[in-house]
Amino acid sequence: MKRFADLIDRLSCESGRNARLRMLRDYFATTPDPDRGYALAALTGDLSFANAKPALIRQMISARTDPTLFAMSYDYVGDLSETAALLWPDAGAGTRNDLSLTAVVETMTAALRPQMADLLASWLDDLDETGRWALLKLVTGSFRIGISARLTRTALAQYGNRDVEEIEAVWHGLTPPYLPLFAWLEGRGPRPKPQHLAPFRSPMLAQPINETELRQLNPPDFVAEWKWDGIRVQAALGTGGDGAPIARLWSRSGEDISAAFPDLIAELTGKAHFEGAIDGELLVVQNGAVQSFNVLQQRLNRKTASSKLQAQYPAHIRAWDALALNGEDLAPLPWTERREHLENLVSRLNSPRISLSPLVPFASWDELAAARGAPAATDLGVDAAAVEGCMLKRRDSPYISGRPKGPWFKWKRDPHLIDAVLMYAQRGHGKRSSFHSDFTFGVWRTGDDGARVLTPVGKAYFGFTDEELGQLDRFVRANTINRFGPVREVTHTAAHGLVLEIAFEGLRRSPRHKSGVAMRFPRIHRIRWDKPPGEADELATLEKLLAAD
Amino acid sequence: MAQRRASPDQDLPDNILPEQDNSGRRPMTGRRAADLLTITPQGLYCPAGDFHIDPLRPVARALVTHGHADHARAGHGRVLATAETLAIMGVRYGDNFAGSSQTASPGVSLAIGNATVTFFPAGHVLGSAQILIEARDVAGRLTRLVASGDYKREADPTCAAFELVPCDIFITEATFALPIFRHPPADAEIARLLQSLRLFPERAHLLGAYALGKAQRLIALLRAAGYDAPIYMHGAMEKITALYQGFGVELGDVRPVPPREGRGGGDLPGAIVLCPPGALQDRWSRRFADPVHGLASGWMRTRARARQRGVELPLVISDHAGWPDLCRTVVETGAEEIRITHGQEDALAHWCATRGLTALPLHLLGYGDDDAAAAEEAVTDAAAIGAAP
Repeated sequence: MKRFADLIDRLSCESGRNARLRMLRDYFATTPDPDRGYALAALTGDLSFANAKPALIRQMISARTDPTLFAMSYDYVGDLSETAALLWPDAGAGTRNDLSLTAVVETMTAALRPQMADLLASWLDDLDETGRWALLKLVTGSFRIGISARLTRTALAQYGNRDVEEIEAVWHGLTPPYLPLFAWLEGRGPRPKPQHLAPFRSPMLAQPINETELRQLNPPDFVAEWKWDGIRVQAALGTGGDGAPIARLWSRSGEDISAAFPDLIAELTGKAHFEGAIDGELLVVQNGAVQSFNVLQQRLNRKTASSKLQAQYPAHIRAWDALALNGEDLAPLPWTERREHLENLVSRLNSPRISLSPLVPFASWDELAAARGAPAATDLGVDAAAVEGCMLKRRDSPYISGRPKGPWFKWKRDPHLIDAVLMYAQRGHGKRSSFHSDFTFGVWRTGDDGARVLTPVGKAYFGFTDEELGQLDRFVRANTINRFGPVREVTHTAAHGLVLEIAFEGLRRSPRHKSGVAMRFPRIHRIRWDKPPGEADELATLEKLLAAD
Repeated sequence: MAQRRASPDQDLPDNILPEQDNSGRRPMTGRRAADLLTITPQGLYCPAGDFHIDPLRPVARALVTHGHADHARAGHGRVLATAETLAIMGVRYGDNFAGSSQTASPGVSLAIGNATVTFFPAGHVLGSAQILIEARDVAGRLTRLVASGDYKREADPTCAAFELVPCDIFITEATFALPIFRHPPADAEIARLLQSLRLFPERAHLLGAYALGKAQRLIALLRAAGYDAPIYMHGAMEKITALYQGFGVELGDVRPVPPREGRGGGDLPGAIVLCPPGALQDRWSRRFADPVHGLASGWMRTRARARQRGVELPLVISDHAGWPDLCRTVVETGAEEIRITHGQEDALAHWCATRGLTALPLHLLGYGDDDAAAAEEAVTDAAAIGAAP
């Protein structure tokens, strides 16, 4: 328990990806089975204890503290687990450094609800503060330390000298404490067999490409599809031991997102059931028209979906690849053969929720460039709003997990550009902690009194080179007019200030922002040292873009 | 350092209890305390001896508990403090930091006006003291009041240990007066630092610490843990550290950060570098090899605070008493009246009330605004020695 507590304690304050990976690798390398397997499960969200809940923690700590002091402390700390860990009476603190994570997990799994309070109390009495905090985080199941399941598996892959895709391919048949997995990674055992009935397959990803690079390629070797602006999804279907159909929706990184899309799952386990897996884009389709990413967002980052939400924003799969069918692995086949399987399948399913991603016909790169530049002018019609460029796939390419160089390219549409004025800057984290690297920028708006004022429209913290970051940092330090804690206000008048050319992917209305708009994926495209701030763009320019979307 | 023999003060007018007038004084609420100590815009004031304790602005006569910038200020007429505190003030403000200065020897009583004062070790930093004031109250009873300044009760190899002084009225700080502030053993925190050095042997470990007290204690703790490599420090800490060594505190091989080589980062891989907290995110820090940012402070007890400061390696090491020690000390002094100067006054006052003790917050402003004070201290130190910030 102590090692695990120290690990998550250290991870909770670390923001650098490489440092986090190193801490995780070090933990896997130096911690014995089965402790490390349970730690892995805790970090990937694969542990939960039905009989231990946050309300229990609150009840237990309230019974042991003065209510006024508890209220003052909770108010100061702001996190229940941490407050309870800090406040817990220190009877034998630190005397149980030998308590193992395995003992905690296995005992809690077996414990009945009425036993839970006494069990937790006996551990809390004996652990030190970090140990208590880790235990309570384990109980509530929400670490909130910024470590994703994917990052954890990446560390595991590095530890075992494998690609993370190889881990993901076997992950979903395994259960804590993952003894066969560690045995395989350490060369002591065979590769675990994927046992999931609707397993995740690590997806094939595309390389970005620009027009110059594109023109080095031979058009007849490739097919083009639209690049849909939704989220990548893999639908895996199978049959359970009891003969019941099974369907799972997997995200690009292998998270099971089925629970958020009951409408699709009902279709895939019902009328549109098949044996196999398809790859595609998850979109919202209303009255036959594909909606923009802004609309799709209503369905994202949710654990469930109400029936009202399902009716208002129906989920849909635009399929572009078939990975397996009726027990046959299609991945080694060339794209042309997989496409044939896919077309047959989609037409056979005849489902309003599954459609084929159409091909974009072209004979030359010029023709494709024209289609990419004006998708609405093709036969896409209204669906053009949900397109963010083109995908290029080699006709002869098999389906290869990971991001192989050569077979697949994404040729995204050009971003929107706007000239904005730097208004505020904030220090970054980790390596960037001595640099002002988070920049808030604004555009001009005419106030009620007729005067032009800047209104903030977004924040960007990448897009620049290290050298440019140094220049921006110097500018911020030399032109600070105000400080609010870690934030500096920078000169921004019509005559003095710095213009930043901001690139962004899209815009949506946002009542949460003062300007009324929010940008998607904003980044600094160019620093306009030459341009006076008075000549930067107006809010009206952005509003026109909203209307056009 | 000018040392004067302890003598009753002859220059001041007879000490008559000042009337509560419109001079800005307000009595300390409460019974016997009001007769011994009042609050003026300059800070705590003892009418019987006509002196201030740790005044924030220049006064004719100041008794100073310890050398931190929010307690020891320049420009007073006369200053009475321990030899170490006077030396620290000399380093910070120059030899003319006061009109004159007088050394208080721990445990030796001095008569000042109608009061008798005695300094006792407070265990906070080198030279830190509690001040016992003995005087008669309005009713003619002899009353003992202890102004404890800042104190801690944990062992600290760099300063004299706290001595418990029984009294009627105890004035305590409350910097960490919430039950969540139980400082862990300092050696366990040092072990975490050493563990991080093992995990990241190619990275410089940049450790923020107050220049006076915390920095030297960290070095002494590292030495006690067997770490004998050179320890590097920011220019703002050098003079104070040399002063500690001059007072006989063993710190081993301590070096200034060497001049920068070239423009790229990468200096001092695998070394421990101490700096004022304000320098952690300063441009100065760019020169080091992919630094791990640490900070040693009682405030690191909560993770949100550590993350807010961008600290990757928070070390919970404090020179102030934590909650259990504050509560214990209040009780052990036997005081019947408790006054709370700065920090989380309300929580400690509430706890005292549940134990049947009279405790009132004084709402003194200007002391121990934690991070702000640390930043100010770094700047003060840097300015004092002319170092680049």
